[in-house]
Amino acid sequence: MQDVIIIGCGVTGAACALQLSRYRLRVTVLEAGNDVAAGTTKANSAIIHAGYDPEPGTLMARLNMEGSRMAEGICAALDVPYRKNGSMVLAFCQEDRKCLRKLLDRGEKNGVTDLRLLSGEEARRLEPELSEKVEGALLAPSAAIVNPWEYALAMAETAVKNGVTLHRLCRVTAIAREDGGFIVSTTGGVFRGKYIINAAGVQAGEIHRLAGGRDFTIHPVKGEYYLLDKCEGTRVSRTIFQCPGPAGKGVLVSPTVHGNLIVGPTAEPSGSTSSTAEGLQTVRELALRSVPGIRFRENIRNFAGIRANSDRGDFILEESPAVPGFFNAAGICSPGLSAAPAIARYLTEQMAERGLPLKEKENFTATRRRIRFQELDDDERNRLIRQDSRYGRVVCRCETVTEGEILDCLRQSIPPVSINGVKRRVGAGMGRCQGGFCGPRVQEILARELGVSPEDIPLEEPGSYILIGETKEAWT
Amino acid sequence: MTEYELIVAGGGPAGLAAALSAWENGLRRILILERDNALGGILNQCVHNGFGLHRFKEELTGPEYAGRYIGMVANTEIQVKTDAMVLSVAPDKTVRYVCPDEGCQTVRARAVVLAMGCRERTRGAISVPGARCSGIFTAGAAQRFINIEGQMVGRRVVVLGSGDIGLIMARRMTLEGAEVLACVELMPYSGGLNRNIVQCLQDYNIPLYLSHTVTDIIGTDRLEQVVVAQVDGHRCPIPGTERVFDCDTLLLSVGLLPENELTRALGAEMDPRTSGAVVYENMETSVSGVFACGNVLQVHDLVDFVSGESSRAGKAAAEYVLRGEISSCRTLTVEAGEAVTYTVPQRIRAERAEQGAEIFFRVNRVLGKSAITVRSGDRPLAQFRRDHMAPGEMERILLPGKLLARAEGSITVSAGEVEA
Repeated sequence: MQDVIIIGCGVTGAACALQLSRYRLRVTVLEAGNDVAAGTTKANSAIIHAGYDPEPGTLMARLNMEGSRMAEGICAALDVPYRKNGSMVLAFCQEDRKCLRKLLDRGEKNGVTDLRLLSGEEARRLEPELSEKVEGALLAPSAAIVNPWEYALAMAETAVKNGVTLHRLCRVTAIAREDGGFIVSTTGGVFRGKYIINAAGVQAGEIHRLAGGRDFTIHPVKGEYYLLDKCEGTRVSRTIFQCPGPAGKGVLVSPTVHGNLIVGPTAEPSGSTSSTAEGLQTVRELALRSVPGIRFRENIRNFAGIRANSDRGDFILEESPAVPGFFNAAGICSPGLSAAPAIARYLTEQMAERGLPLKEKENFTATRRRIRFQELDDDERNRLIRQDSRYGRVVCRCETVTEGEILDCLRQSIPPVSINGVKRRVGAGMGRCQGGFCGPRVQEILARELGVSPEDIPLEEPGSYILIGETKEAWT
Repeated sequence: MTEYELIVAGGGPAGLAAALSAWENGLRRILILERDNALGGILNQCVHNGFGLHRFKEELTGPEYAGRYIGMVANTEIQVKTDAMVLSVAPDKTVRYVCPDEGCQTVRARAVVLAMGCRERTRGAISVPGARCSGIFTAGAAQRFINIEGQMVGRRVVVLGSGDIGLIMARRMTLEGAEVLACVELMPYSGGLNRNIVQCLQDYNIPLYLSHTVTDIIGTDRLEQVVVAQVDGHRCPIPGTERVFDCDTLLLSVGLLPENELTRALGAEMDPRTSGAVVYENMETSVSGVFACGNVLQVHDLVDFVSGESSRAGKAAAEYVLRGEISSCRTLTVEAGEAVTYTVPQRIRAERAEQGAEIFFRVNRVLGKSAITVRSGDRPLAQFRRDHMAPGEMERILLPGKLLARAEGSITVSAGEVEA
């Protein structure tokens, strides 16, 4: 019997796992997919928001503020790329300028202390690529960018190092009550636990219903993006927003921690991760209003992510009224990435009030490090290569990722099982050739190290096979 | 610091020919740095024939063609390091590279030849909307899986783009037992060589849909369907013309891009039309003593021409090392005129003009019986006749020295159809 079963290992589940791994508890995380951080967490704007956007008094406002403050320290401790680049919201008309003042007011109520209203000229002095039509801006120096999937992965890896068990390919099919807890049936086995945290993202409504809860619904909202080549990565240095509308924060233009430029998202009611010609056109048109010089021909990838919006309008972080012991971490749309560690702390406190004993471990590991060849100087590189010559073999030429780093990630507590799993961990295939050169090499290394045949290595989830068998033999 | 006379970045057909030519022209301390584990570059996966007709007057496969050059290089004292990735080239010709047995090394050369080749444009480059399922390959990646790894990538195939690799792979997939349902080309003409249209599509009854594109990609985990639609004169899909192909594989052959990260970081002047460096008649870039050749300079159709261009670069590098920099007071710029996309070289030094110059270019549309005109200002210098020209086939003209001597400031190469 586990003390806590966490359903879902996106950034919310991972943050909950890390928080609970501090205590002497038996904790199991059940992930439906074959990797962590593979849903909403891998496909979003990658922003740690300053906190001026949510309505004061909401959980979103409070936990955005707390979570954003925690993020910097967590990223430093867990070696996650994070950069406090600041953000701007642009005004193009009188109405927008009113909106900026409203955001400033909200931000101050939420506790953002360093917001500043700028004129159009002041904004362009800071960001010369902004449109001439910009009449004003709200500057938020505390906003940051992060690698969202590594953020979640690092928290999950650290939780596992501290004794949490992660089971992948365990899609929950039934949840039954038993004395003092729950029986959770999954596609990968049956698990028993006293408490459940439902961090199932877009599926959180269904998971709650499986347990007998009814009081909220998730309405997935799709967002489409462009990710541009690094040659466009310095077009702006801050994250550039437009005034938020009823559909959300609108289309942003931002550098990423990897040095690319991200542009998007749209907001369409849909649970599909397919991009569309119309959606991408909308992104282009809206983004060019803010930054007219963006060269979309430098695109290297389009993608779509799904926000887990709920019918409540705020995060749902509470024990289910109908199911005692079952805690929802649901409706985690933006600013969910920013809030994640605060969400975990907030839920843990609630669970403690309901009887979960929080006794701290003595030997908690709070740090994580990984080798990034590209960022090392030649002396450091040579020290590594002398230890293992495979750090001298560059596999991904666009991002300068070595075989040594790929082998490293396979030795971590949550090793990858797919090509995209390797990409998320070390960046191989993230560059301008999009894995055209390194994909086959990564597949070969993965197959060799996992002791399987290359055709058993999927691109992403198990059905996403790449190869059908050896030539000639594939047809017999 | 180890010092070489010449360092060649890349051991594909361009790098091999450049190094060999530098050797033949008197250089002795030459180093080839190749990032793959073998010399030969992309030729190693091109198991089809059709290589060498110009260079060796016989028909070879890619590995055979590479093998000839690798053999010739092996008969010299040219040094080769494989698994060695060049990290940077500096204007003082300091080259940093990394390889497993030596780690990071910094070496000096008196001249450098850039021969890094090109890469394929991806789905992202053309923003094909739809699902992010597996089963979508660039044609070259699929070619590597099949021809090098011996692994088959799919059973029912649609090819987007009619570049040469796409056409070759349509045939290769067919020969491996797959069903190739269609080759879909956005433009009203093919981007590949005519001989490949005939030998790779027509001979296997694979339909070519010109003025069509893929408008949607459908599949949960693996590709299940692609939607193909006709496009109008602005290359926009025409509603109502969609047709759905049930397939598990989409191959992309939508263009090649010179891989010039090192060249840009070096600070060499670039030509946005070729995505390669701007070069003089001897393949020298704007950085003195640094030369560029092969697909890193301009995307070629035929490896034979890569070898020719690279031999010139290697010879020029040898001259640079042995005789010193060419000081030039007067430079002719070569401009792309009507119906011409780009020219290589982009500049000719007046001092060298007497030797004549070979100019490569591509036209930007299909032309029937036509004339290539070379002008300097308003003055026509020369005219060349062609029966047919297409963007998929690189053109080459030879301008004699006495003709170039009459040019002033710039020359313009243009093309246009003429009355039959």
